[in-house]
Amino acid sequence: REIDILWTLRSGATTAESPADEPFVCSKFIVAIGRNAAAFLSSFILDSVCWEVVGVVKLWNEWCRTSSTTNVLPTDSFCLFYRLISDPTVLLCQCSCYVAEDQQFQWLEKVFGCMRKEGLQVTILSTCPVADYKTQESTLTLPSPFLKALKTKEFKEQVCCPLLEQPNIVRDLPAAVLSYCQVWQIPAVLYQCYTDVIKLDTVTIEAFKPLLASKILKSLVKDVSESTKILKKLLTANETHNNIYI
Amino acid sequence: MFVPCERGGGSASSDFKGFTLLMPAVSVGNVGQLAIDLVISTLNMTKVGYFYTDCLVPMVGNNPYATAEENSVELSINAEVYSLPSKKLVVLQIRSPFIKNKYRPFCQTLLSWVKSSKCARVIVLSSSHAYQRDDEQLLGTPLRYLLTPDLEKAVGGLMQELNWKEMEKVAAYPGINDTEKILHIPGGGITKLLFTESCSKGIQMAVVLKFCSEGDNIPDAFALVNYLNEWLQLIKSEVNTSSQWKIPSSWRLLFGNGLPPALF
Repeated sequence: REIDILWTLRSGATTAESPADEPFVCSKFIVAIGRNAAAFLSSFILDSVCWEVVGVVKLWNEWCRTSSTTNVLPTDSFCLFYRLISDPTVLLCQCSCYVAEDQQFQWLEKVFGCMRKEGLQVTILSTCPVADYKTQESTLTLPSPFLKALKTKEFKEQVCCPLLEQPNIVRDLPAAVLSYCQVWQIPAVLYQCYTDVIKLDTVTIEAFKPLLASKILKSLVKDVSESTKILKKLLTANETHNNIYI
Repeated sequence: MFVPCERGGGSASSDFKGFTLLMPAVSVGNVGQLAIDLVISTLNMTKVGYFYTDCLVPMVGNNPYATAEENSVELSINAEVYSLPSKKLVVLQIRSPFIKNKYRPFCQTLLSWVKSSKCARVIVLSSSHAYQRDDEQLLGTPLRYLLTPDLEKAVGGLMQELNWKEMEKVAAYPGINDTEKILHIPGGGITKLLFTESCSKGIQMAVVLKFCSEGDNIPDAFALVNYLNEWLQLIKSEVNTSSQWKIPSSWRLLFGNGLPPALF
């Protein structure tokens, strides 16, 4: 149940994460947890020109197994780290694999252990079923997907959507990352998308769009035409798996 | 480990010397945790720190004791520490279950924190499966207490005055040999482990528990917290003590959302 993170931070040489190394400076850390959140970043932010892969997580649990390959499909289980070439203090993580509860702490310590926390700001994107949302009315009538946010005490900026009301809670890796940031006083915000679709879905991905106007992501958004092309490709990649009854 | 909310600025908020530490055990019906929620909410306690641990399942949410728009935005995590210096009370609230194999490490970390912060005594609120009671336990009060030898010396007399019932020991080998008796708290989570560890480490610990079953455990939480109040006198006990405890806003919707109108 060990998690291994292989970093390629220094000019191509692959080194296993070692605590003796200098922790690298990080000003923005964007984490997308789950397939739809990861696909959102792939469509609107990531590309092979401005971003380079700097880390890959190898883990195994009852739900999934990741490998150390960096050439992944949106429907695979993977956890990759990217760095903006023009500003190496901007780090992005796509985690579409499930990190089990006994592995979440390890993930936190191994990832945050490598970076300097001064001046760091964290943004987390994740999805969860709308059936988990607690509200006075029935969830049947709620217009999903919709976004809700949670932020740590130190986060002073504007959030792009309403805050998550009591008595709702967030679990798993998004909760672990946000808890870590709250305890260690790192400004962080979590955007949770409540959706009724389990699989990769363009409507759910587009529900994250309000975030593109936020201070953190504004400067990182790429060309709109690129995004629509990628979204279309995602849709077709999904469809081949849906032909089972034809 | 304990991480205070305010860093620097003196350790005033994290000085618990001589305080009573009140904490729940994650047990059947979550009665201990519900009772602690009532205590924190009624006494309007201030959050002073987090218990950062890898032993509990992670979880976050907005302030469960919010009373207004302004204070509803504070983030809460799975294990937090609240204090009320005027009553020399410090409370640890645990909001999620334990991760497999992490019971013992958690107990050890907790008890070493109790020793290092010089708390005078620890009181654990817990519960035990009602269906495991024997014929005698089925009659009378479902509330019980336990004291470590060190605390027995201090408050044993008070327990007699309050007419409290000590948790009975059960036969180690029922039906075969009824002479050897051991402590058995089914459904109590880490209660027994904490108690036995405290006995051996010389920590003054009390366990206050209620026999109950899973279901709507709000009445059980009230019963437990009123029982505790007989001893600690946290709030003035009047005739109708149930109405004195403030239910936190996070207790809404405990049994699910509203129903879709189309159902009918």
